[in-house]
Amino acid sequence: MTVATLAFYLFACTAIAAGLMTVLARNPVHSVLWLILAFFSCSGLFVLVGAEFVAMLLAIVYVGAVAVLFLFVVMMLDVDFAELRAGMSDYLPVGLLIGLVLLIQLGLVAGQWVFADAAPELRTAVAPIPAEVENTRALGRLIYTDYVLLFQLAGLVLLVAMIGAIVLTLRHKAGIKRQDVLNQIYRERHEAVELKDVKPGQGL
Amino acid sequence: MESAGIGIEHYLTVAAILFVTGIFGIFLNRKNIIVILMSIELMLLAVNINFVAFSAHLGDLAGQVFTLFVLTVAAAEAAIGLAILVCFFRNRGSIAVEDVNMMKG
Repeated sequence: MTVATLAFYLFACTAIAAGLMTVLARNPVHSVLWLILAFFSCSGLFVLVGAEFVAMLLAIVYVGAVAVLFLFVVMMLDVDFAELRAGMSDYLPVGLLIGLVLLIQLGLVAGQWVFADAAPELRTAVAPIPAEVENTRALGRLIYTDYVLLFQLAGLVLLVAMIGAIVLTLRHKAGIKRQDVLNQIYRERHEAVELKDVKPGQGL
Repeated sequence: MESAGIGIEHYLTVAAILFVTGIFGIFLNRKNIIVILMSIELMLLAVNINFVAFSAHLGDLAGQVFTLFVLTVAAAEAAIGLAILVCFFRNRGSIAVEDVNMMKG
């Protein structure tokens, strides 16, 4: 058993266990932390398979942004999570049943799945992995040439999501002093400064 | 890619188990929408594993490009979902999914 095989089984078991704990954990904060562990294990799997860029994307962007966003929201909302878990035992049997059926179906697909003899020859890779270039550079070359439109559209999706999230959560409280730029610009000197003739020995 | 006995089937198995775990989580945490969103993230992660495994197996980089787009959409979905959740919590003071029928006609 080589190191790569050992690492695969380690990462795979960690990912599955962390995924299960995400679903089963009592406290949603723990759920998020288990989810982060699942992401890290999967990025390890991606490194093993040779997709370093996606692995780093998952570890840095996903864990660093999305999972932490979850963490913030879970901690920000003051919710009684014990109450939300109340009916969990009712849903357990049907959830297990559906999960089992789906797993069996997927297992049947994976068990029966073979390539036709002629298929690899007939099928040419859309974007063959170049042998001499490392993964990140190859992916960059591909994204900025063939998939540049899709890449820009993905950025647009993120922009729309960002604006949407801000619009949804922004609120103006009434009693808070905030900057009014027009008011500042249109302010005249005589509104701000007043000259008083103070006599000696007297105050204002 | 294939190092000593670890083939695409192994990756597909891991992805299948993670996907089923996500679906199981959706059924199990019917009331807790935060955990439902996390389950959806798990399912998308499983899909990404499938994409990357096939990309490496077939020697085709397009799978990894598609993984980037799946990650983008998943991040956007999480951000919007959580924003709606925060908004809902401010209005109602709870995140119980069963109460979410305010938009019903």
